[in-house]
Amino acid sequence: MTLFLTVLINGCILGSVYALVALGLNTQYGVAHILNIAHGEFIILSAFITMTLYAGAGLHPLVALAVAGPIVFAISFVLHRTLYKRVKDMSANIGEFEGNAILVAFGIYFIVQNLMRDKWGSATSGYQFMAFPVRIGPADIAANNLFVLLWAVVICVVYYLFLMRTRTGKAIRAAAQDAGAAALLGVKINTIMALCFAIGGLLAAFAGVLISMKEPFTTVSGMNYTTIAFIVVVLGGLGNVKGAILGGFILGIVGYAVSTYDTGMMFAVFYLIVLVLLIVRPKGLLGR
Amino acid sequence: MSNNVLIQGIGLTKRFGGMTAVNCVDFELRDGEILGLIGPNGAGKSTLFNLISGFIPTDSGETAFLGKKITGLTPNKVCHLGLGRTFQAAKNFPDMSLRENVRMGALFGVPDQTYAKAETETDEIIAYIGLGKYAGTAVPDIPLAGQKQIEVARALATKPKVLLLDELMAGLNPAEVDEAMALVKKIRGTGVTVLLIEHVMKAIMNICDRIIVLHHGALIAEGTPEQIGSNKEVIEIYLGEV
Amino acid sequence: MELIKTAFFGSTKSKVQLIGVIAALVILFLSPQFLNTYMPNFLAKLIAYVVLSLSWTIFSGKTGYISLASAAFYGLGMYIEALFGMNIPLPVVMVFAAAVAFAVAFGVGVVTLRLRGVYFTIFTFGLALFLQKSILWIEVKFFHTKGRMVLAYSNEAVFYCVLVVFAILIFVVILMNKSRFGLALDCIGQNEDSAQHIGVNTTMTKVLAFAISAAPAGAVGAAIGTSIGYVDPDIAFNMLLSFLPVLMAIFGGMRSMYGPIVGAVIFFVLQDYLMREYANLYMIIFGAVMVVVILFMPKGIFGLVDKAIAKRQRNFDGEVIGDVK
Repeated sequence: MTLFLTVLINGCILGSVYALVALGLNTQYGVAHILNIAHGEFIILSAFITMTLYAGAGLHPLVALAVAGPIVFAISFVLHRTLYKRVKDMSANIGEFEGNAILVAFGIYFIVQNLMRDKWGSATSGYQFMAFPVRIGPADIAANNLFVLLWAVVICVVYYLFLMRTRTGKAIRAAAQDAGAAALLGVKINTIMALCFAIGGLLAAFAGVLISMKEPFTTVSGMNYTTIAFIVVVLGGLGNVKGAILGGFILGIVGYAVSTYDTGMMFAVFYLIVLVLLIVRPKGLLGR
Repeated sequence: MSNNVLIQGIGLTKRFGGMTAVNCVDFELRDGEILGLIGPNGAGKSTLFNLISGFIPTDSGETAFLGKKITGLTPNKVCHLGLGRTFQAAKNFPDMSLRENVRMGALFGVPDQTYAKAETETDEIIAYIGLGKYAGTAVPDIPLAGQKQIEVARALATKPKVLLLDELMAGLNPAEVDEAMALVKKIRGTGVTVLLIEHVMKAIMNICDRIIVLHHGALIAEGTPEQIGSNKEVIEIYLGEV
Repeated sequence: MELIKTAFFGSTKSKVQLIGVIAALVILFLSPQFLNTYMPNFLAKLIAYVVLSLSWTIFSGKTGYISLASAAFYGLGMYIEALFGMNIPLPVVMVFAAAVAFAVAFGVGVVTLRLRGVYFTIFTFGLALFLQKSILWIEVKFFHTKGRMVLAYSNEAVFYCVLVVFAILIFVVILMNKSRFGLALDCIGQNEDSAQHIGVNTTMTKVLAFAISAAPAGAVGAAIGTSIGYVDPDIAFNMLLSFLPVLMAIFGGMRSMYGPIVGAVIFFVLQDYLMREYANLYMIIFGAVMVVVILFMPKGIFGLVDKAIAKRQRNFDGEVIGDVK
């Protein structure tokens, strides 16, 4: 029972971060059709920004949400307005655009990763934050982890409400369903795409800030998060917001359960899940 | 011979999410005829084509071709059995010349085809359709009417017994429509049975032996052009549409 | 037989091509006689890059399905050599590595190529990471080690092994371009729906082409593995090698088989120079080049050459003669 509870809580903690990571990628792919391989790099960039503020200036890690968030949002917005917009204009169809966009994203991945390596080196980094256990029933859970869970859930809920309730959110959902029709109805499709790509960046930044509170990271560990995001997105259904959140939590719980047995098997199990899913239900769990 | 059924659809149904695009449609295509498939936009005509050719899976019901069930087969197998089709928006091979486009049909459409035979058949079909002047031209440089004819030529090169034509005449000027009508009749004259989706009423009434009407995915009328032309329900739908 | 005849002797162009290819292979074959001992090693790695880029083009270049699995097949080959190289001669291991890469790609293809769109890219992207982590897990769990020593061969031996793979590959590519199979791939790349409706078994064609394109990567991976000395999963499965072939092929241009070859040669030489002179900046420059290539020369060097020729003709005659595409 204790084991079950530990796995469930820690799985949800892991899952909440996965959900956040996937939500960003999903927003970028779902509307802007960019499979952003550099996604993880912006997560790591934000983690380093958080660490610098915390260790250097003594600021609370949450302050980094207001620093890393806008920075990555702005970078992403500019990247879309300059590079991806140009790629979009010169691609004959959406398939060609997706292919070219992946390659551009990979170029950006290299640039960002190596700039970070120049600045912060390649050693494992991290900091101590709320490093004490909290007792929940029979299980001991690290306080910083619970803090991360809380904030990840808050961000997911706020984002969901933004999509459902606001005008911009509705425009985004319309664009995700049918960009052409949305454009006819007066949605400024290029702005929405740039905005979605930037929001994806913002979510990556938030994820990076939270991740830095709970685990160590290196300048090369971004690809791990990108891959997790891909898996979650396929699991939940490409472009599906609820699916990304649900998929994130499922993968987190499965991942934590596997890792209590053997951490080395985690990724293999994730990959096999995707394999089975592609055979049985390629649209993803909540795909239409 | 002329009343033999080539294609029979029984209870064909396709749903997209909550919408039923094709709803329990029964129809038959008889040997040697030109059968028109009409209905307002969104009636499910192209979806029905997609079900017949195996392009999308059928939810329920089945299609038989020459008495053999073809539901569940992939389009390439359906093609080899003798069913050719075109698409509403022409789907050609853009980086190939017209001649190459047709040659691909001749080469892949007939099992165990030799290269030499594919070459001669390609030339025959291009001459037959009257596309000779464009033979060496790249597809994007050919006008719309020609682009649609490439599709017809490529489908014919696969030696079909049945040809499904999806809006061959949409977007053509009156002279081109006349040419297209003549082409369809000519194709039928060579023993190929034709099922066509069309919006150009003049063409429908002129060339079809029989017409079936789809509305909201369901088959609502069937008959000769005269019968359909005087069918109240059909007229209402079309007037309501306009 | 008929195919060989048309592919190699069908027209003046194909005869010239055949003579050119054979001449190039003979020169490469004899080159170690005239070079210092370091050069065969350099050339072997260069040819390995060419093989990766050319074999990637077989499938992805023609069909437009972007595979990011080169690193997986290359790494698989490397690891297979590390496992068996001590007891079995390299050429045999290379054949085996090619067969394993073929089989893995076939399996991956069967699962993912039924589906259209981006699933294939995502899945192939994860493949290298999956193999890396799984093999690492097996090594640590069952063999209590992280990596393995690899039996070294002389630079020349490795060079010849890689050269043979390249020679086979280039003839296969020439044959494929003229074959029904190659034409079917062209059709799929240009309009998959149409291809399927004129009788091309698209799924099978794609799966087979993907598997064929994986085999050479496995073979050269095994050969290059011997020149490293020590292989562990992190070394064997390097994600960069999944993207390099794509970039090299696009950089060169994919309209003819020479594009990926030229692209790979230029890239390898550039990489060699940058790594020596600007080790820190190398990766950043690499990323920037990637972005610039996609944005400004999507048809590659050969595309630029075509454009230049068309422009010249226009200047001389006042109108366009060449095909500017």
